[in-house]
Amino acid sequence: MIHRFAAVLVAFTLALFPALSSAQPLRIEITEGVVEPMPFAVPTFVAETSEGAQYAEELSRVVADDLIGTGLFREIPRDAHISRVSSFAAPVQFADWKAINAQALITGAVSADASGRVVVKFRVWDVFAGTELGQGMQFASTSDGWRRLAHKVADQVYSRLTGESPYFDSRVVFVSETGPKNERQKRLAIMDYDGANVQYLTDSSSIVLAPRFSPDGSRVLYTSYETGFPRIHILSVGDVNSRILQSNEGVMSFAPRFSPDGSMVVYSLTQGSNTDIWAMDVASGATRRLTSGPAIETAPSFSPDGTQIVYESDQSGTQQLYIMPAMGGEGTRISFGEGRYGTPVWSPRGDMIAFTKQNAGRFHIGVMRTNGSEERLLTASFLDEGPTWAPNGRVIMFSRETQGAQGATALYSVDISGRNLKRVRTPAGASDPSWGPLQ
Amino acid sequence: MKLATKAVLLVAALGLAACTNPNRFDNADAGALGPNAGGANAGFVPGSVDDPTSTAYFTQRVGDRVLFAVDQSTLSPEARTVLDGQAQWLLTNSDYLAIIEGHADEQGTREYNLALGARRANSVMEYLVSKGVPSSRLKFISYGKERPIEICSEESCYAKNRRAVTVISASSLTG
Repeated sequence: MIHRFAAVLVAFTLALFPALSSAQPLRIEITEGVVEPMPFAVPTFVAETSEGAQYAEELSRVVADDLIGTGLFREIPRDAHISRVSSFAAPVQFADWKAINAQALITGAVSADASGRVVVKFRVWDVFAGTELGQGMQFASTSDGWRRLAHKVADQVYSRLTGESPYFDSRVVFVSETGPKNERQKRLAIMDYDGANVQYLTDSSSIVLAPRFSPDGSRVLYTSYETGFPRIHILSVGDVNSRILQSNEGVMSFAPRFSPDGSMVVYSLTQGSNTDIWAMDVASGATRRLTSGPAIETAPSFSPDGTQIVYESDQSGTQQLYIMPAMGGEGTRISFGEGRYGTPVWSPRGDMIAFTKQNAGRFHIGVMRTNGSEERLLTASFLDEGPTWAPNGRVIMFSRETQGAQGATALYSVDISGRNLKRVRTPAGASDPSWGPLQ
Repeated sequence: MKLATKAVLLVAALGLAACTNPNRFDNADAGALGPNAGGANAGFVPGSVDDPTSTAYFTQRVGDRVLFAVDQSTLSPEARTVLDGQAQWLLTNSDYLAIIEGHADEQGTREYNLALGARRANSVMEYLVSKGVPSSRLKFISYGKERPIEICSEESCYAKNRRAVTVISASSLTG
């Protein structure tokens, strides 16, 4: 059912030029202040074979879109370009790119052969210094993986220009939604981070909720009503086989999430009126109860080092965020602002926690330090919820639902600075995103 | 479930065939008032809303749902009255099982609303058990905010969505 991405990606450095040691490399600093996007130019990549022509235009377009999408870069339109790049090996006419104020220049070439193998090579230039930034590289894949090649190139450019780890070559698993609010049909789906290549993992015969990628992206945990009760399922992305993970029949289990090493799952289990957090060893199925109070404890998320768990509890009377040791124990409350806090997710860098906040009839996605300080709300709307971190911890994706009888869901992303809020294009309504690892 | 549906339809069809009494509508009210009235002889269509042993009667006359205040799972006096009727019906019609479905309005996060719906459904279940309904005949499930019946984003709709619905399952017919 799912077409498995069969590309072989090969990366190697094009060591044609000696590595240049620039004292002040071209760099855009990602800070809290307002950022003036760095102007860059991406001339259409050179097609080095006739088969390569069909990919050259689209591939260079995706590279540019990835960079523009960060809000950190501004593309200089191609019709403003003075130089035409007709050969990958030709010397760069820096004066022509300076004249249109392109600070960064990305040149590339694409070749493809009859067997369907696509190869892209690229270089990044610091126009005003007149030097190459890093070294040229090339990536290869089968033809159906051409978008990944573009994301790989853009990831390299992003890393070189920001000094940050990248996130474009990643996927998102989410819930695709169709139909009105009172007859909503939900299906599990997976897509590239930018909304391309959507594939469905389940049909809409039962409610599915809140999928979560494993740290290596090979498995997905989700909650399904397939048996009539909400229960946790685990799905292998490769062959789309799923099985029930939590085995107590007629007992509700939900809100699962993997441990950083993928061996454990933390989740909520409801017994009577009480919902607590449990942990399960995936291989053995052995379970352990981590919370035991009469309150609702749910939405657990591990710290990246695996030693702690952040979760929400209404033990104080309203939903608030707490941190406890990974083996269970007393929770320490970290949220103290106005309103309710839920769905905490630990950042991949370990320094921040993203959450959903509900206050005065509005919903917000926010971030705070792990001790609860420096709370910052990134969004505000009728209903925002369920943040998930980009692999580099710089961007958050979440669900937004609009108000009223025609209310519909969509995915949005926002920088952790609160800038660059934008909708992620999906073919239908969408909710509950989980951002997978860099591939 | 298919078997159950067929069986119910069959019973309903037999009932229709037996309904030759021209005064059946007059008698239906009398039948409905009797605590244990039932069957074609009582003058109403068995399985219809006038048949006190029917699930339609349970849903519409007894009342299959109770409503909750925002973020609450405590039972109001009105809710207790409805549940008293539900308990009475379940004790009288002892062949039936019931699944109590808990729901929340859309103003909340998904996971929390699942747990909140469970709290509400469990409140109902505990109340029914306290009135003598064997817990072996009851189950509960939460749909959180996944199954609203009203779709506007105003309190008039939210109030109806914050509910626990007792769904009768015809276990006696499936054997």
